[in-house]
Amino acid sequence: MKSERYEGRPRTAPPVVAQLRRATRRYGKVLALDGLDLSVRAGEVVAVLGPNGAGKTTAVHLLLGLIRAHAGEARLFGLDPRSFAARSRVGAMLQISKVPETLKVREHIDLISSYYPRPLSRDAALEAAGLGAVADRLFGQLSGGQRQRLLFALAVCGNPDVLFLDEPTVGLDVEARRGLWEHIRERARAGCTVFLTTHYLEEADALAHRVVLLAGGRILAEGTPGEIKARVRGRRIRCRTSLPLAEVAALPGVRAARFADGPGSEVELFADEAEATVRALLARDPGLADLEVRGADLEEAFLALTGVDVAEEVAA
Amino acid sequence: MNAQADVLVPRRSLSRILALEARCELLKMVRLPAYALPTLCFPLVFYLLFGVAMAKPSAQLDMARYLLATYGVFGVVGAALFGFGIGVAVERGQGWMLFKRATPMPPVAWMLGRLAACLVFGAVLVALLFLLGATAGKVALPAGTWLSLAGVLIVGMVPFGAFGLALGYLTGPNSAPAVVNLLYIPMAFASGLWIPLDYLPRVFQHIAPWLPTYHFGQLALGVVGMGRGEPVWQGIAALAAFTAVSLLLSWVGYRRDEGKTVG
Repeated sequence: MKSERYEGRPRTAPPVVAQLRRATRRYGKVLALDGLDLSVRAGEVVAVLGPNGAGKTTAVHLLLGLIRAHAGEARLFGLDPRSFAARSRVGAMLQISKVPETLKVREHIDLISSYYPRPLSRDAALEAAGLGAVADRLFGQLSGGQRQRLLFALAVCGNPDVLFLDEPTVGLDVEARRGLWEHIRERARAGCTVFLTTHYLEEADALAHRVVLLAGGRILAEGTPGEIKARVRGRRIRCRTSLPLAEVAALPGVRAARFADGPGSEVELFADEAEATVRALLARDPGLADLEVRGADLEEAFLALTGVDVAEEVAA
Repeated sequence: MNAQADVLVPRRSLSRILALEARCELLKMVRLPAYALPTLCFPLVFYLLFGVAMAKPSAQLDMARYLLATYGVFGVVGAALFGFGIGVAVERGQGWMLFKRATPMPPVAWMLGRLAACLVFGAVLVALLFLLGATAGKVALPAGTWLSLAGVLIVGMVPFGAFGLALGYLTGPNSAPAVVNLLYIPMAFASGLWIPLDYLPRVFQHIAPWLPTYHFGQLALGVVGMGRGEPVWQGIAALAAFTAVSLLLSWVGYRRDEGKTVG
């Protein structure tokens, strides 16, 4: 963990600019964040990576002071996130379904930047999001990528020290995604601290210095993109077998095993080394059928990391 | 990042934010007239229908003059309720208000900017209604009375803007239009804004004094000398109390949003 690395030499450590301390937040009976501790230091690009419902958006909303923590607290620059002093130094790109459609790009930028004490000029904000050519277009006339870039322009137009990006590229095609990444990198190079959430390991890898894996409102793992990738490199193996689930789970290299669609269905397992596992499977069950091996996606990688499902399925 | 900041950027000022907010609201109205047009036309058409076309010349009551005041009230109340109520509810539903809360936007400047846009819209409505009244309705009033009536109508929008804000915060984007209409239309009718109170069943004369639209209506009728003779301070006090309650409800709704946002 980067923050730990800094502890030995506090003089050179950049200050913590955003922090959640044992933050807990519930929605009804659902625990969205479970005593989360998370710090972001000045100049860092931190990606919070996790599946739907992991608590990513809740973490962003807490840090922006948009919702209250039920326990613990959120601080920005050591301040209450709702204070003017904190808000005037952050920019946010939230998951918004719609922006007033009958206003032009430049009108949106003029209004939002007027809230900030030391904003970028309109031209600088347009340039930061590559929107110079469509400044006079109504929001409703923009393409999906341009809309997302306008939200980005509105996040950066106040010239913030910290940028919060909640799933900035969700729903974009590959080209638009890469375009936005370049604009985000530019801000980071200019010294802006970036806190982003994403579904995509690839996105965290492309942008972040540090990745925080979040699931069920808790941190599962934290490290550089390289370290995280190494941990979720596993393979997903699926097959029809007569072996008991407990036996499959005990095979070499298996991190987790479960029935794909309820007891008696195909078995799904996550393994570090697919070859050794498949060899052992075939040796024990000559009648094995419908074998399929592929890379684990993020959600499956989480399962492999936690292994929570194994115990449950074996017990059942 | 400071190096990139342009020195020519104007300093943050509340009046500039207010002006920009008002400008954006007005631009939205002009560019998407489908929302604003019915609010504008409804009272004008009603006035022509009931105040001009159906008014008997021999009637005891000068309908053209009476309804000029009450349809003026009806029109500007609609503009305030729809402009604030539905506008705010829709933007909350889309997450736009959530985004704005994450910025250092001063809520007061935002609210006053929106109010200013509403008042401009109300002024246009009043001007058109007066034009109809003076021409088709043949209403003759001293210049000072025209001005006082316009003043009362426009200032009287403020309490209803506050009420609209409360409705915008307490309803959702889908329910807002229904809730606003369900309150607005019966309230206007029961306050004698469509048909003079004396022509309505007696029960309405007991209900009306409990409605803010009644007091607004009496203030406007008082200007043209057709009120029921209640003291002016009474109407003003009622509307002030109504404004205070509405602002309190808005504040409760604003605070509630902090706990409600799902993520």
